[in-house]
Amino acid sequence: MTLSTAAQAAYIVAALLFILSLAGLSKHETARSGVVLGISGMVIALAATVVLTADGSGTLAVVLLLVAMAIGAAVGLWRARIVEMTAMPELIAILHSFVGLAAVLVGWNGFLEVENGGGAQAEVSGSLLGVHHAEVSIGVFIGALTFTGSIVAFLKLSARIDSRPMMLPGKNSLNLGALAAFAVLTVLFVVSPNLGLLVALTAVALLLGWHLVASIGGGDMPVVVSMLNSYSGWAAAASGFLLDNNLLIVTGALVGSSGAYLSYVMCQAMNRSFISVIAGGFGIEAGPGGDHDYGEHREITAVETADLLTEAKSVVITPGYGMAVAQAQYPVAELTRRLRERGVEVRFGIHPVAGRLPGHMNVLLAEAKVPYDIVLEMDEINDDFATTSVVLVIGANDTVNPGAVEDPGSPIAGMPVLRVWEAENVIVFKRSMATGYAGVQNPLFFRDNSRMLFGDARQRVEEIVAAL
Amino acid sequence: MSHSAQRLGVVAESTPGETRVAATPATVPQLVSLGYEVIVESGAGRRSGFTDDAYATAGARIAGREETWDADVVLKVNAPSADEIAALHDGSTLVSLIGPAADADLVDALARRPITVLAMDAVPRVSRAQSLDVLSSMANIAGYRAVIEAAHAFGRFFTGQVTAAGKVPPAKVLVAGAGVAGLAAVATATSLGAVVRATDPRPEVAEQVRSLGAEFLDVGVAQAASTDGYARETSRDYDRRAAEMYAEQAADVDIVVTTALIPGRPAPRLLTAGHVARMRPGSVIVDMAAAQGGNVEGTRPGEAVVTENGVTIIGYTDLAGRLPAQASQLYGTNVVNLMKLLTPGEDGRLVLDFDDVVQRAMTVVRDGEKTWPPPPVPVSAAPTAPAGSAASAPVRETAAAPAGRPPSPPGRRRHLVTAAVAVALFLLTAFSPNALIEHVTVFVLSIVIGYYVIGNVHHALHTPLMSITNAISGIIVVGALLQIGQGGAVVAVLSFVAILLASINIVGGFAVTRRMLGMFTRS
Repeated sequence: MTLSTAAQAAYIVAALLFILSLAGLSKHETARSGVVLGISGMVIALAATVVLTADGSGTLAVVLLLVAMAIGAAVGLWRARIVEMTAMPELIAILHSFVGLAAVLVGWNGFLEVENGGGAQAEVSGSLLGVHHAEVSIGVFIGALTFTGSIVAFLKLSARIDSRPMMLPGKNSLNLGALAAFAVLTVLFVVSPNLGLLVALTAVALLLGWHLVASIGGGDMPVVVSMLNSYSGWAAAASGFLLDNNLLIVTGALVGSSGAYLSYVMCQAMNRSFISVIAGGFGIEAGPGGDHDYGEHREITAVETADLLTEAKSVVITPGYGMAVAQAQYPVAELTRRLRERGVEVRFGIHPVAGRLPGHMNVLLAEAKVPYDIVLEMDEINDDFATTSVVLVIGANDTVNPGAVEDPGSPIAGMPVLRVWEAENVIVFKRSMATGYAGVQNPLFFRDNSRMLFGDARQRVEEIVAAL
Repeated sequence: MSHSAQRLGVVAESTPGETRVAATPATVPQLVSLGYEVIVESGAGRRSGFTDDAYATAGARIAGREETWDADVVLKVNAPSADEIAALHDGSTLVSLIGPAADADLVDALARRPITVLAMDAVPRVSRAQSLDVLSSMANIAGYRAVIEAAHAFGRFFTGQVTAAGKVPPAKVLVAGAGVAGLAAVATATSLGAVVRATDPRPEVAEQVRSLGAEFLDVGVAQAASTDGYARETSRDYDRRAAEMYAEQAADVDIVVTTALIPGRPAPRLLTAGHVARMRPGSVIVDMAAAQGGNVEGTRPGEAVVTENGVTIIGYTDLAGRLPAQASQLYGTNVVNLMKLLTPGEDGRLVLDFDDVVQRAMTVVRDGEKTWPPPPVPVSAAPTAPAGSAASAPVRETAAAPAGRPPSPPGRRRHLVTAAVAVALFLLTAFSPNALIEHVTVFVLSIVIGYYVIGNVHHALHTPLMSITNAISGIIVVGALLQIGQGGAVVAVLSFVAILLASINIVGGFAVTRRMLGMFTRS
């Protein structure tokens, strides 16, 4: 057993632990042990690598490495401790960008090492040199794309820039052009590697990443975030190819396919194809379905809502992004607790794309101590609306739009939605009569069994709790 | 108002034995609020227990027979007689049960008059029209009453009891057909404490049966899922197996309620005389399909008969009418919902919109022109869910199939894509140096593992999943660690930065995942 084979063995063990970790995360009961497995895998992999580095390099390298890890760990712990659950999407987006940037740096290093002719990994020659350069180019490209894409996603999600899609003329040709430029630059780089080409390639990828995410609107963010998650995995896998490291390849591929699968689930939930999400926003190409006269909407007060709730037998709450914006999860949880004490059956119906991150609503409700077994997904609860006394729609709009089912001309036709309108009473919490992300008017608001409760969702829910 | 409101006439039913009425004192104010002037024929609600005074208090005008029939819109329960058709004035609208599929002569007779006729029993089964669906609301009442009639004729308790006078076993009830009536019967019988079993050729209703606390008896022969919400004729193989099951059940159960109807056809025969003969004396059968010929051999429509071996077969055809106040109330509410649909302006003017599939389907005659049968309305999404995939959700009843987007890629396209990927992978690998092949192998297998591992993740855990994949994608730190001591100063600096960033990711990702998972609690 040499040090090198020991490290390889440790990598295999780490890769298996990562797989088990993701498998553990599939159920609430095993999720926590999944995290422990993931951490163990990471510790094993890092320990093996550090020993390997210490063996092959000077003490300076080891000191640098430990300092870098210590700083990184401190920053990471600090951010993880203070982050608000409503700000999870931003945190995840910025973390993706770190992986992207790290992948770019690793790629650059790979190139510089070979150019300088130093180090063990520079012992590549002949046909393998060409492969090596192609790997550098692909790794840098994916990494840079992930980096700027995630930065834009972070800025949009934290409302530091406007979340509306940026509409450059001919944006699809711009994207395709950037891909073509990447292909040409890669070929040139393989034939005659030089720093200038690598800089140009990095620049193209950075711009493409920026543009790709900038032209996608806020409501498509669940897809974008999971897409970037996937990219960050592919970036790690590309680095693995570059460094001949199977652990990176396995882990990158796991993360990459996981992100891709999540994007697919999100797209299904919006009845849209992945391409159409990338290619641009809703409501722009589809256009509103004309000035249809929907009739009058009716309002209700918080006190009347409280009366309705006390007489209800079963209540379903369908939250959306608006609940996160208004930070209404705590009063909602309090309301849930009070109603359950009175013997009212309260459940939650979560649409797959509610919020700005897959599973965002579940995390918010968990934070406010809503038991997870009354938080149901769309398919689990959709058949029960017909026997529900009151539905509270809190900050959701497109995900409860009956137009998706009933109006074939609607831009969101065919999108699976929560059929809240089948309930006896529907109370819609909303700031105004403005349309949702898709820019489509919601006929739900004008139904005979619907009442609007205008104002800040948090305040209104608190008033209802007070009136109970 | 710039025009005079139209008059709605609520007439008394002439059919012998009919107890229902098309509007009640509770629904009259709703009709008035739509802008109509409501006229109620004197005595129309008497047999449902509603007095003329009650109607007058609710805002209706009480009038004689002629004046009521002369209204612009006549609301009724049963199909009109020849005299009544003649009493309608030209251009008026009639709303009642018609049974257009079964009674072509009646439709022709109606079409000879310049009137419009809306059949309350021709509501398409789309979600939006559920509030108009008289067949459902009446079937619900009839299902309830069927069990009550059975309990009345049955000489024992439904619920099992242990009393000082001895132990009483619970009654066993079999409900054949789990439509609206069948489910109502199941719910009523379970609430009385009986042991209930139900059967239906449509496998998709098993869940509903179980949700009401009954056992679903599966015949075990596959039947196609329904596309219009109604049952269809069964296959020969199914019938043979079903007959065996009924023979077995007849010997075991105390009460049988049969509800099997197929639109536009005579009721299917479920229980033969042989089955009935196997039942214990004192058992009761309620044949809810008696009016359509009966599901049970020996049923006499409208009567209760006792067989030689002491089994009572109840063939009442007016089960819903035996709860007159309830039936009138639900029928009246269905009528109100229809009038809401037909009065978009809430101005007392009836407007018929033929672009609306619900209104189109209900209209049997328009201005003397026969418009029956209407074009078909599909109500279920076609069962195109890919077999075996995790996403094959049960087929649900939805409104008119949304047009526009193409369905999920058919199998052929999927195969083509798979083939293309396989060829590309083959070429890539075949022309690669050996070192790369090993990596490609690991890479491809890991993707597949990732796909299957993630496919099982619970939807509520998507955010923790993302943050943990985020943390482990920080494994890229390994790359930077290996590089830090390998090159010059530039490489060292770049590696340093990369290690720092990736460490934030690793530690931050794991920490935040732990924090999130710590919040998920069970009640």
